[in-house]
Amino acid sequence: MGHSLKRKEDARFIQGKGHYVDDIQLPGMLHMDIVRSPYAYAKIKSINAEEALKIPGVVAVVTGKDLEKYNLHWMPTLMSDTQMVLPTDTVMYQAQEVAAVIATDRYAARDGKEAVMVEYEPMKPVIDPYKSLAPDAPVLRTDKEGKKDNHIWHWEVGDKEATEKLFSEAEVVVKEQMHIPRIHVASIETCGCVADYDKINNHLTMYMTTQAPHAIRTVIALVAGHVGLTEEKIRVISPDIGGGFGGKVPVYPGYVIAIAVSFLVGKPVKWVEDRSENLQADSFARDYHITVEMAGTKAGKILGTRFKILADHGYTDAAANPSKFPTGMFSIGTGSYDYQTTFMEADAVYTNKPPGGVAYRCSFRVTEAVHAIERITDRFAFEIGKDPAALRMENFIKKEDFPWKSPTGWEYDSGDYHAGLKLAMDTVGYDELRKEQAEKRKRGELMGIGISTFTEIVGAGPSKDFDILGIKMFDSAEIRVHPTGKAIARFGTKSQGQGHETTYAQIIAEELGIPAENIQVEEGDTDTAPYGLGTYASRSTPTAGAAAAVAARKLRDKARKIAAYLLEVSEDDLEWEPGKFFVKGAPEKAKTIQEIVFAAYTNHPQGMEAGFEATHYYDPPNLTFPSGAYICIVDIDKETGEIKVRRFVAIDDCGNIINPMIVQGQVHGGLTQGIAPAMYEELIYDEDGNILNGTFMDYLVPTAVESPSWETGHTVTPSPHHPIGAKGVGESPTVGAPPAIANAIVDALSPYGITHLDIPITPFKVWKALREKGVN
Amino acid sequence: MKKEITISVNGEKHTLEVEPRTLLVHVIREHLRLTGTHIGCDTSSCGACTVLLNGKSVKSCTILAVQANGKEVSTVEGMATADGLHPLQEGFKENHGLHCGFCTPGMLMRAAELLENNPNPTEEEIRWGISGNLCRCTGYNNIVKAIQYAGAKMRGEETPSTEPEFV
Repeated sequence: MGHSLKRKEDARFIQGKGHYVDDIQLPGMLHMDIVRSPYAYAKIKSINAEEALKIPGVVAVVTGKDLEKYNLHWMPTLMSDTQMVLPTDTVMYQAQEVAAVIATDRYAARDGKEAVMVEYEPMKPVIDPYKSLAPDAPVLRTDKEGKKDNHIWHWEVGDKEATEKLFSEAEVVVKEQMHIPRIHVASIETCGCVADYDKINNHLTMYMTTQAPHAIRTVIALVAGHVGLTEEKIRVISPDIGGGFGGKVPVYPGYVIAIAVSFLVGKPVKWVEDRSENLQADSFARDYHITVEMAGTKAGKILGTRFKILADHGYTDAAANPSKFPTGMFSIGTGSYDYQTTFMEADAVYTNKPPGGVAYRCSFRVTEAVHAIERITDRFAFEIGKDPAALRMENFIKKEDFPWKSPTGWEYDSGDYHAGLKLAMDTVGYDELRKEQAEKRKRGELMGIGISTFTEIVGAGPSKDFDILGIKMFDSAEIRVHPTGKAIARFGTKSQGQGHETTYAQIIAEELGIPAENIQVEEGDTDTAPYGLGTYASRSTPTAGAAAAVAARKLRDKARKIAAYLLEVSEDDLEWEPGKFFVKGAPEKAKTIQEIVFAAYTNHPQGMEAGFEATHYYDPPNLTFPSGAYICIVDIDKETGEIKVRRFVAIDDCGNIINPMIVQGQVHGGLTQGIAPAMYEELIYDEDGNILNGTFMDYLVPTAVESPSWETGHTVTPSPHHPIGAKGVGESPTVGAPPAIANAIVDALSPYGITHLDIPITPFKVWKALREKGVN
Repeated sequence: MKKEITISVNGEKHTLEVEPRTLLVHVIREHLRLTGTHIGCDTSSCGACTVLLNGKSVKSCTILAVQANGKEVSTVEGMATADGLHPLQEGFKENHGLHCGFCTPGMLMRAAELLENNPNPTEEEIRWGISGNLCRCTGYNNIVKAIQYAGAKMRGEETPSTEPEFV
């Protein structure tokens, strides 16, 4: 623990020996390509595959009508909505799958795709989510019997009446309307699979880019059980994954079609989407329209908040939130501040856009919530003329008040928000920067300082409240120690770059005293790993990391018994130090863990079970609540609107740290995925539902030039309930960075009366806002 | 229809028949089964497929295999030698310059040419130098450090500390 062990997994990646889905080549393997709709909303009049089938190498063209014969043309989403695998009559968004071409190589498949003739009858799509709720809007989901509008669900939490009363009486009320844009994870590896159905043994091996292999196995069994693919006949293998960020949690139609085709032809079928398909059709993130208000006193005491959300889900709700939480963990949005009055409500609607709604490193909608609370907190400070750092310091929940009950029902486990912000302010030199800013303002120069002091909520989750499709959100670890004292450990999670092979080994090493280099970590094969819900929402350390520690402690208990037997003393006479048990007061009488394990196979006490293995399914008692204090400094060119991030200091508190190098790496990466939506990324649709930037030519993933040199640091407030006091960190920076950047830019522009700009804040938006305020 | 080409890959000569439209990256990955070179986009934007062609870094998804006829291709698989890892490979490992590893081979090949042309680049030169290669995981800080580390090592200088500055 606390040691920056170099990563065990790196040797293969730096030598080109990583093993990703597209690297798999099986004998007789067929390739699949997908015909997609050019229209956002259209009737399919006909699909003609005649010319495509004449192309050498093309073996089949599959349509929704073909899948309908097996009742495989629709599938459930993870939010218990329904999604087309392939349409039988209507397409609901541009780039939706329309037909699949199967061929002997990828070039022939692409030729076939170009040759499939589809006749459409375009209809007027519904793109604006507000218009989708209008009484005269066409009902999009006509497949749902009795559906009379485009409303999906309503959600609310908090005390509506008390909040209304507070807002009607408060000295100060501030309000902003904001859009958290539709964005895309754009992991550098796209999604794909090789479905390998073995007809003779009625067995499917599914290699796929999934962050949650076990859950996927269960979903496949639920969807395809009726054709004989029951769960014991399905093996899901998630090989190395080239980045996930949530985008590899959902089940995409391409996976299902590949399985169906492999099942029908008895040959392996590979499907790997290209980048444009990935951006245009795979799960989007965000797309929340939020009205946020804060009430307080003129002196700067925060008294309450109110949030109203319109969630654009596209044509189906295919988010991947825990079942009871349609807005994910949005209710963390009361923030890091000590007040008890809030009301939040959300309505979700269908539009003619791609489905999705959870991906992109957001901890289940915490990005949206934190953006709203941190922006409105700055807005409140601006309104009453108070320094935003001082306002936060005065309103933070105090260290001694943890565990703290939030007005939306959460119990924050621990935190020291004052220490985090103080460290961030000292690191950046806050007071000096404010002086510099005042000087610059006198000269008419634009410099901004933005703060974000966020509380995260991760580690889903306790089984009483958390499930996906009914499966409880525990996670698991299984440790087998071999006779010679070396181990293999398997987990229900799946790394996509987070370094589990190293950090899990470190946890077990800490608990058992077996060196981390002697512990092999394996994930991603449902035939061998214990069942788990996978890696997303920063849950691996809080759940599977905890499971590793508890399983190791079970083994330590067994080791104590064996040591007592070997040393011929009572168990109570033994003391543990990492790696060995020794007799109290006689440290020379000791047995190392290696000697104990060897005895477990060669000389175990009679009546004791032989071997040295343990499994644990960890059901967390609570979520964990990481936090952070981020400060961003920007300089803006008044003439062009160009924004330069001069400095960005991120202080994170993720509890006890297993590997500082890896934690810092997670923070760096998350910060770049924070600046991305804050300044660069947005999926833009025109009113006909055409995506305007569906390729890497125009969807602006930050390069090393846009990404500043991040300055990072940490405070440590252990989680009181987690076995090793850790909290999870992967998404904190993505959650915390965008409002720090937006607050800095708005701060720079505030002398001109600008109080809010929607992200992504581009030079053009800044230039335009300044011109609207009369700056020339 | 098919055309015979001869390319040298990591010093080994290969003669094969390809359709004229076959991309170099597909020859490398699928004909020669050197799968360290990756494909991350369809617009030459991400750089995951970067290899060296006669010593110059190119995006192998934008080169036809026939254009590489008679030329020398270097991929990530050819970087390490009997003496061990290339300084860049070592730099990436020591400085946590990779997470998922998918962009890494392309980054390594691009950085190799960068250091060849400019053995002691500034941070800004490194950032611009790798701006044709996207990484979605690392936030680039540690890739910059990794390249600086490799540069120092290749110049025969003491390598900078690899401890994270995580106070």
